[in-house]
Amino acid sequence: MFFSWEGTSELKTKGMEYGVNERGYYGQFGGAFIPEMLYPNVEELREKYLTIIQEPAFQEEMQELLRDYVGRPTPLYHAKRLSEKYNTKIYLKREDLNHTGAHKINNTVGQILLAKRLGKTRIIAETGAGQHGVATATVCALAGLECIVYMGKIDTERQRPNVEKMRLLGATVVPVTSGSQTLKDATNEAIRDWINHPEDTHYIIGSVVGPHPYPDMVARFQSVISEEIRKQLLEKEGRELPDYVVACVGGGSNAAGAFYHFLDEQSVQLIAVEAAGLGVDSGHSAATSVLGKTGIIHGSKTLLMQTDDGQITEPYSISAGLDYPGVGPQHAHLAQTGRARFIAITDADAMEALRELSRLEGIIPAIESSHALAALKEVQAGPDDVVVLNLSGRGDKDLSTILTYFEQQDASK
Amino acid sequence: MPQNRLTRLFQEKSGNLLNIYFTAGYPKLEDTMTILEELEAAGADLVEIGMPFSDPLADGPTIQASNQVALENGMSIKKLLQQLEQVRERVTLPIILMGYLNPVMQYGFERFCEDAARVGVDGLILPDLPFAEYEEEYKPILEKHGLSLIFLITPQTSEARIRQIDALTNSFIYMVSSASTTGSQVQASDSQQAYFSKVQKLGLKNPLLIGFGISDKPSFEMACLSAHGAIIGSAFIKALQQPQEVRENVRSFLKTLK
Repeated sequence: MFFSWEGTSELKTKGMEYGVNERGYYGQFGGAFIPEMLYPNVEELREKYLTIIQEPAFQEEMQELLRDYVGRPTPLYHAKRLSEKYNTKIYLKREDLNHTGAHKINNTVGQILLAKRLGKTRIIAETGAGQHGVATATVCALAGLECIVYMGKIDTERQRPNVEKMRLLGATVVPVTSGSQTLKDATNEAIRDWINHPEDTHYIIGSVVGPHPYPDMVARFQSVISEEIRKQLLEKEGRELPDYVVACVGGGSNAAGAFYHFLDEQSVQLIAVEAAGLGVDSGHSAATSVLGKTGIIHGSKTLLMQTDDGQITEPYSISAGLDYPGVGPQHAHLAQTGRARFIAITDADAMEALRELSRLEGIIPAIESSHALAALKEVQAGPDDVVVLNLSGRGDKDLSTILTYFEQQDASK
Repeated sequence: MPQNRLTRLFQEKSGNLLNIYFTAGYPKLEDTMTILEELEAAGADLVEIGMPFSDPLADGPTIQASNQVALENGMSIKKLLQQLEQVRERVTLPIILMGYLNPVMQYGFERFCEDAARVGVDGLILPDLPFAEYEEEYKPILEKHGLSLIFLITPQTSEARIRQIDALTNSFIYMVSSASTTGSQVQASDSQQAYFSKVQKLGLKNPLLIGFGISDKPSFEMACLSAHGAIIGSAFIKALQQPQEVRENVRSFLKTLK
């Protein structure tokens, strides 16, 4: 079945209250806090992104790739045994079944087509766990464009298989040794690369973070998730609106996509699940909505984990995809206005939920998505409620982390 | 527009202005005042003190590393302003504080301007403060405290935008020599010369200082042909890494420029 964006009116940001305004803000969050060296690049993108992605030829090319290459639409699966366990009706949106194993490719497909129309010949990206890096390297191979991926040196060691995949796909992986050598520093280094290549390069940011227009652009490319959910739910339940939409949030791209077409529907409760790490108050956490204060990271004003002196701190989560010290500006706005409920889930609860889904449904989820699963018991949906949970990725990439975790857990028993 | 030591400097001297950048708290926490005194004695015309940040986006490896060391040494905005408390009893050269917006926001923007102006700071460079936000929100605060805000332009900045920047600011315009982060080795090129002369011909009211990639006497002199002066940062940070005592390092480096 073929889903298309319904004309240009659909392309306006959903939710006047929750969408981006013409200055790039969501309430008090967002904007483009960038040095002058980045201004021409970001401004070019800001001026052109809406026009380009609304072109019928662009839409046609993107839809074809999403269908034939990525494998969309992804199924909306009624997880009966999981539903029974939580005494409600749970649907899993199977983003884990996308090519490359997660929702990340929805965005990279859109951005690579955009980059080509902007005449760019060189693509850069940052990656933490490597999922966005692999999704970027994949579309660069497809488009025949040079690809350079910045990855913290520590992450290149922790996520060796993804480094090898990116190289196999023809990308250059640059281990980043500055700062704390993880995702935030990889992002800094990608931005520095962009400063040094102001004309031929497009930066494919992997989440709904960074300066305007990135948060809005990435959310639009991910909004296919909620667009499909509405149509699929209508077929299965006779109604487009679920009672709950649950998604995990690091930077927040899968949640942004899953929430997008429900932002204005006040009957739909939006649940954003952050990583509590070893516990919100343990000093080893990534629960930005609780621990963060308004600040500026990577060109965006948002909630940010930082010291009293305004130095950005290093978050912790067992999931490499959730340990970002900030959160997308739209999510900061959803948290502040109360439109979304934020729940923090510890490593231990996420890992338990991972094992539970594996055994109840025969689906091994990514550790990121397992945080969303673990939030089900806190959501406390009723027996007549419909819950849609965005299963953002598959667990293959996490296998060694999973095995090590359970071995250590068994050993300490 | 406020009058301060910066604006007066440009009224008095129109060429070969030497602006030295250093990171506060580097190499040692308490070096700030020593470096300032030596810079003044050795003939720097103005100075830019970097307030260290964990994530300095526009900076290359040398200044990044100095930021990290300075933070490990315990430098913060609060500490720096304490160190500068008596600065005006000891040096007269104009002082600019350079830093990313987040630490300034956490200190409190208005409180920061008030405290900086009180100790004798003349101007600020906040590279990630957007133009529109400056105009609407921050300009009145800076003006109230007599501080100049210095904007950057690059080879990619349009003429219209340069004129906008020129109209909204006083003191000087920081002309970034090429598309790069700080400390890059810049090869003089025809396109760079074309950019320099294009900007020179605009007849701006503000003087121009060239920065990024200016590291020694030849590059300084070259820059001074196209602007009122130049800014040296990374090369000075490297000079501070020499084994001699910090005073000696400052003196020997400035000697190489004369």
